[in-house]
Amino acid sequence: MAVEVKVPTILRTHTGGEKAVSGAGGTLGEVLDDVDSRHSGIRDRVVDGEGLRRFVNVYVNDEDVRFTGGLSTTVSDGDTVVILPAVAGG
Amino acid sequence: MLRLDQQTYDAIVAHARRDHPDEACGVVAGPAGSDRPTRFVPMLNAAMSPTFYEFEPTELLQLYKEMETRDEEPVVIYHSHTATEAYPSRTDIALAQEPGAHYVLVSTRDGGHDGDESLELRSFRIVAGEVTEEKVTVVRE
Repeated sequence: MAVEVKVPTILRTHTGGEKAVSGAGGTLGEVLDDVDSRHSGIRDRVVDGEGLRRFVNVYVNDEDVRFTGGLSTTVSDGDTVVILPAVAGG
Repeated sequence: MLRLDQQTYDAIVAHARRDHPDEACGVVAGPAGSDRPTRFVPMLNAAMSPTFYEFEPTELLQLYKEMETRDEEPVVIYHSHTATEAYPSRTDIALAQEPGAHYVLVSTRDGGHDGDESLELRSFRIVAGEVTEEKVTVVRE
């Protein structure tokens, strides 16, 4: 199963500059593990322990995964995962 | 150096005044690789706070999709400080995740609603925790 994962500028150091990479898995967590196996370090930039980092947003088919089960969110062939760092500050 | 046209400069300042005492935030997008901020996009501060800002996550996704379609980048990311100077806070530095952007700060600490007073507006690069101030030149288009 192939899922397209869109990578933000700040994480492209892990993908050799690629804006999007391919991943496989039945859940968001599995897809991130799979992507990390080829693009080492990217998972840690998105996941903190067992959950998503507070200031990183992840969307599956435009849905914010915070409302769809986080890392357990189901993904299917042809889905698009978008990773976007929060734009935030004090 | 950051070059801003007068209209964009005025729009950023007006947004900061309007949302005072809460922080205002947004971007000025421009053609990828051009370093020219041309399209002013005010964003909703999901935190609605005088001490914090965060682009609303759904609006953030829409913005980035729109910029991708138009082959644009966030050339400027702006926000206001409503009680302190226009200089990046420790939180601003820790959370800055667009190394290519000009981070513009506006201070409304002297009050947001007096349209006659000019506000402090400064621009910075924030890369890997390093803050570098840069000159802002306002040009009449």
